[in-house]
Amino acid sequence: MQVNHTKKLVSNLKRATVIRGKWNGTKYHVIHKLGEGACGVVYLCERNGIETALKLGTDSARITTEVNVLKSFQRVQGKRLGPSLLDVDDWVTPGGITLPFYVMEYVKGQELATFLHGKGSEWLGVLLLQLLMDLGNLHESGWVFGDLKTDNLLVTSPPPRLRLIDVGGTTQIGRAIKEYTEFYDRGYWLKGSRKAEPSYDLFAVTMIMLEVGGRGRFERGSDPRQTLERKLQQATALKPFTPLINNVWAGNYQNGLEMREDLVNLLQRRPEPKKRNMPVSTRTSRRKKTKKTSFATFEIGAIFVSVIIFYLIYMLFFL
Amino acid sequence: MKKGTLKQILLLTDGCSNQGEDPVAIAALANNQGITVNVIGIIDDDQSEQPEGLEEVEAIAMSGGGVSQIVYQQALSQTVQMVTKQAMTQTLQGVVNQELKQILGEKKTFEELPPDKRGEVMEVVEDLGETCDLEVLVLVDTSASMTPKLATVKDALFDLSLSLNARSGNNRFSIFSFPDKKAPIHKLMDWTPHLDGISKIFPKLASGGITPTGPAIKEAIYQFGKKGLFGSMKDASEPYEETGF
Ligand SMILES: Nc1ncnc2c1ncn2[C@@H]1O[C@H](COP(=O)(O)OP(=O)(O)O)[C@@H](O)[C@H]1O
Repeated sequence: MQVNHTKKLVSNLKRATVIRGKWNGTKYHVIHKLGEGACGVVYLCERNGIETALKLGTDSARITTEVNVLKSFQRVQGKRLGPSLLDVDDWVTPGGITLPFYVMEYVKGQELATFLHGKGSEWLGVLLLQLLMDLGNLHESGWVFGDLKTDNLLVTSPPPRLRLIDVGGTTQIGRAIKEYTEFYDRGYWLKGSRKAEPSYDLFAVTMIMLEVGGRGRFERGSDPRQTLERKLQQATALKPFTPLINNVWAGNYQNGLEMREDLVNLLQRRPEPKKRNMPVSTRTSRRKKTKKTSFATFEIGAIFVSVIIFYLIYMLFFL
Repeated sequence: MKKGTLKQILLLTDGCSNQGEDPVAIAALANNQGITVNVIGIIDDDQSEQPEGLEEVEAIAMSGGGVSQIVYQQALSQTVQMVTKQAMTQTLQGVVNQELKQILGEKKTFEELPPDKRGEVMEVVEDLGETCDLEVLVLVDTSASMTPKLATVKDALFDLSLSLNARSGNNRFSIFSFPDKKAPIHKLMDWTPHLDGISKIFPKLASGGITPTGPAIKEAIYQFGKKGLFGSMKDASEPYEETGF
């Protein structure tokens, strides 16, 4: 009962509540709740005019585990893996209960499904490239993300960038996955073990694709593997990605970067030059193109069209 | 650090005991023998979250030094593995704390340590959790009301072995059911490292209307001492039995 009481307290903090660290003395002002997790609640807080995300927990062991992961990410120089860690402390509530918390960078973004709504499948491709790059880096530094799911992804913009949040499942390669969610777990789908291997994350990526490219999450049914095949066929938006997904399911990729390479090839193989994904590709290649004189006149037209499209998309972000 | 064996009883039930000794007392006995008692109370999908009779679930786990959770059937798999792991962490944390106290001579719990120290302790706990050996005796209540839930229980146990066998440490599982006509508990599966064969042995039908949870736990304690897989365990009284460096 004591536990229930504490849980209620933790998840119902009022605006302007002051959380003061017991060890460091730093004060945070609660703005509003961002979300609730298995081992704590995340609040948007303000400190000296800066917005931060503060995770207040009930389970000290799990909070500590997450802090350890975030700390070790900071040691990986120059690569951004998850939100950066700002502070770790305890809060003694007015009622005298001590609660552990940590403070991290506030990732201000949209949910993946919200972002993708009404956009072409090329956007899914672009965000997947980013996700696979981040996962690839994570894998190279010896970690597996583990609890990879749409709830743990946010798209910040502009420019649109997919970010990983919630490192609660992040596990050292070779160990048992710390935390997972059934729908994204390959063990649940009888597609492999729960050992932390890079391929564990890649399976979850394909489930994210099925979720956002199809009609959300679904049950595994009596024959899980067959269910997966069927759902893949039904998700017409995933047509271009089918070979990629099948490769993951066949266990053909050792890590995120390998899968990413195939995805790059797949995305670039698109035949028609004037599709909606022009803005993205033209932006990066514009500088190179000015050198190639032979196609100059043709390209001026193409760049002109794509700059207009790009501008329109940009406008949409600011409205 | 040392490698050792954690011992757990995992009780799956949907109601209150109604025969024999008080399970809360017997759970304390188990804990005293170095065995953690975890309890999962399963409720029907149309039941309210605080059904009567399930208060006992929390009380048994508390006195058994373990973790308890009340869940709907559909969440059973995830809960079973989570509760087991959480109990492991809890026990190991206790052991590490104990050692720290011996080293530092401090009377401090994990929560009272400064965050940095906590981080270090947690690393040790996680290492142990990954590498230690684990024995889980699953005790399934098969009284009449459990009948429609047994298929889900079977899936959840298979899933548990999937989770635990991803660790580097060794696992041993055994499965018992209760009530039984002749004895306090009925052996469904002897100690085994994998639960692959679980489909074959799992009962299709439940038995009886009584729920003698206390006597069942008492008999389960005896099952740890009985088998000889890890050498003598008869005089094990530490929650985490050390078997060397
Ligand atoms: N750094 C952050 N910036 C913005 N939002 C966050 C951040 N961390 C967590 N959140 C929000 O809080 C929710 C709960 O977070 P968390 O407790 O980490 O989730 P989980 O239940 O997956 O463990 C997330 O789904 C997300 O919406």
